[in-house]
Amino acid sequence: MGKADILKAIKKNRPEELPIPSLDFPASTGQDLKMLFQERLSAGGGEVIFAKDSLEAEELVKKQVGDYQYVAGAFEKLNTLDLSAIHDPHELELLDLAVFEGILGVAENGAIWVNEDTLVHRAAPFITQHLVLLIREDQLVDKMHEAYKRLRTQDYGHGVFIAGPSKTADIEQSLVIGAHGPKSLLVIMLPPSQD
Amino acid sequence: MHIGLFIPCYVDQFYPQAAIATLELLEKLGHQVSVPPDQTCCGQPMANSGYERYARQTMELFVENFAEYDYVVAPSGSCVYHVRKHYDTIEQTSEVLKIREKTLDICEFLVNHSTTDSLKSSFPYKVGLHQSCHGQRGLRFAKSSEVVGEPFSIVRQLLDKVEGIELIDLQRADECCGFGGTFAVAEEAVSVKMGKDRIQDHILNGAQVITGTDMSCLMHMEGIIRRRKLPLRVMHICEILNHSEQHEPSI
Amino acid sequence: MSHPSEAQKFIKNENRVNWHDESLWHVREKRDKAANLFPEWEQLREKASQIKAHSLSRLDHYLEEFEKNATANGIKVHWANDAIEHNEIVYNIFREHGVKRIVKSKSMLTEECHLNPFLEKHGVEVIDSDLGERIVQLAKETPSHIVLPAIHKKRMEIDELFQKHLHTQPSNGDAIYLTAAAREHLRQKFMKADAALTGVNFAIAETGEFVVCTNEGNADMGVHLAPLHIASMGIEKMIPRYEDLGVFIRLLARSATGQQVTTYTSQFRKPREGTELHIILVDNGRTVQLGREKYRRSLHCIRCGACMNTCPVYRRSGGHSYQSVVPGPIGSILSPGIDMKKHASLPFASSLCGSCSDVCPVKIDIHQQLYAWRQDITRETNEEPSKKFSMKLAGWLFTHPNLYRKAGKFGRKALKILPRWMVYNSLNAWGKQRELPEPPKQSFQEWYQQNRQKNG
Repeated sequence: MGKADILKAIKKNRPEELPIPSLDFPASTGQDLKMLFQERLSAGGGEVIFAKDSLEAEELVKKQVGDYQYVAGAFEKLNTLDLSAIHDPHELELLDLAVFEGILGVAENGAIWVNEDTLVHRAAPFITQHLVLLIREDQLVDKMHEAYKRLRTQDYGHGVFIAGPSKTADIEQSLVIGAHGPKSLLVIMLPPSQD
Repeated sequence: MHIGLFIPCYVDQFYPQAAIATLELLEKLGHQVSVPPDQTCCGQPMANSGYERYARQTMELFVENFAEYDYVVAPSGSCVYHVRKHYDTIEQTSEVLKIREKTLDICEFLVNHSTTDSLKSSFPYKVGLHQSCHGQRGLRFAKSSEVVGEPFSIVRQLLDKVEGIELIDLQRADECCGFGGTFAVAEEAVSVKMGKDRIQDHILNGAQVITGTDMSCLMHMEGIIRRRKLPLRVMHICEILNHSEQHEPSI
Repeated sequence: MSHPSEAQKFIKNENRVNWHDESLWHVREKRDKAANLFPEWEQLREKASQIKAHSLSRLDHYLEEFEKNATANGIKVHWANDAIEHNEIVYNIFREHGVKRIVKSKSMLTEECHLNPFLEKHGVEVIDSDLGERIVQLAKETPSHIVLPAIHKKRMEIDELFQKHLHTQPSNGDAIYLTAAAREHLRQKFMKADAALTGVNFAIAETGEFVVCTNEGNADMGVHLAPLHIASMGIEKMIPRYEDLGVFIRLLARSATGQQVTTYTSQFRKPREGTELHIILVDNGRTVQLGREKYRRSLHCIRCGACMNTCPVYRRSGGHSYQSVVPGPIGSILSPGIDMKKHASLPFASSLCGSCSDVCPVKIDIHQQLYAWRQDITRETNEEPSKKFSMKLAGWLFTHPNLYRKAGKFGRKALKILPRWMVYNSLNAWGKQRELPEPPKQSFQEWYQQNRQKNG
């Protein structure tokens, strides 16, 4: 069947083994990572607000909540939906705003890594109308190389780098925010962890 | 140092003034130059059309004609590219290997193997530089716009020596003009559209003259310019470098 | 049905060509800006190329490693020799699960396998969920670009299309309104899908996971809601190490659109609880291409589309003129490997300017391969006997210097004295929109004989 044929054909047709390169890219360039992160995420349509502590972060999210009916995520007091009580992700369709803690942020492209441990539902950060991600300054790395070095030891079923609201430019190259997923992404940047 | 001057077939037939300028330039700078009389073509037209096999004897004749010289110099990045890059399909005799190493475009030769102090060129016009692709990306006359790195350009380096010249900037610094050998006829519609767009870029930026390292690209653009009666002309870079107040070109 | 005739049709509407050219050139410029933001761009390209070359040289090993690790992660791995096998595997899984409606995110491989018509024939509703792909699907067309599938469509055409299919109001091509309408329409489809199909950007042997990159989030919307996810992957998408992703993710979006990264870089290692995750490893001619030394590097391709955006021919002839699933420069070196006769004109649809090779993030020597295909095509097909004859003649003439000189003199004279209609007619493609050069009195050689030869 397929497998045997394919492997046989590869063995017959591949070249002599070629060397695999080492990946030694210059580490941090001494740039201010949080400013770079802000610049790059803004270019991708996201917004970054700096908060001095998680209380201020919660206040900021509260402002976001406004009239939204269905809110879920990191700030229990603000939640109107309990993600862990939901079993069928289709029920998340109602979600207006979701708030999650990021695991790692990448300054060069404004991307934040989250995985299903924090998301509870893989669909949550996509199906929600608006998304807030929290990240601490000490969770920022400069480039993707460093990000993957740190993620190496993570065990996840699904994880995703998110670098903005959902967007498309498929109609005459005009950028439209809010293709299928969130219509906005707010990143709240917190100071380094105190512990 | 004895130079064999190679003049591409279509330059020989249609643009003798470019060839003469090349010869005069080299002579002016004190080089010993010969023009082997039995030279014809480098073989590129057949090879680029997919008939490398019909170009082999032409390529071998080229080697025969030029084997004795220290350098083969040609006013064409394209032909030179073909010799250096694609002469790997004929038998790699020591002569062929030497030819592949010693064949240079005139700009490469002037910048790397010659002094140019005595040039004294002057050309008080607005000039747009067409970066012919084979020189640009094939022989790396300049950093191509796709590549990330320090900018350089041996062609600009030469033109910068010309008194009075005003080099204009283009919207698209090194886009292809659409000549491409037999591409110009096989894909006539695309070729002409590419040429029109290139010329338009030069016109919009005020060029009076389009210059370049390959007469073939210039021939294509000149064909469009003359048909559409556009207000600019083409000149090979050697014609500009050989132009001075004291010296009127021979043709 | 060759590229030149299709291109000529596209070029007839010059305004549209200008618009198409400008749109894509704009993407190229954005790519340039992104690439120039840091100094190690060229180093990244080199590493990416080396990783791909290495992967291909041990592809059997990495595929097996991937299978082992993915299986341990709970992913079901399938192997397909060709498009037919691939489609059957998909359909068999669907049958087992009673799948009637699916959403599909962008996958050039499923386009290559013509999966949509196959599934539709079997009564499965297939909804392409990428906006651009949905547009071409509604228009009953094919993507004209691998990253920007509807780049050939004007907003007013999309407006009309949506009025007809999504019952929108006339909006004068308002992209925000039209995108919002598509969002609502596709949300319903996401909510009802029995299965979701995706492509694969990269698969990592050492972790048994795969990565899907989108901006819209359509792949994720589909797969995280549906109880079944099938991912289709060409075997060349395999990379060895987890850290290799850093290189490719940094190159992909910057090369494709000039973004720093796609909005979503989604990494799949295990099925969602209570659902199934399948991956199909597809050959469909790739192992044959692997065996062709000259063309092997074409398998480095990460489908970023940068070669299309930069190609002066593609920009002016449109993606459909290539009549191949993957258009543009990369398509012109991949497609002849699948069907040389059908795609014989594609390697000639290039001025060999080399911009594609310089822009390619994985350093495929595209223009060299175009040149090589030309040699193979003229040898193995007999498409244009007249061209063959004239090339043979030229080759002969150029080896007879005396005759060449006489022919040149004769030709120049003829050009001077012949009436214009004899020179400029339908047989002269050059002269359709261009003048021939003014023939000079003397060739350079003649001038040289007269002016220099006497001095030795």
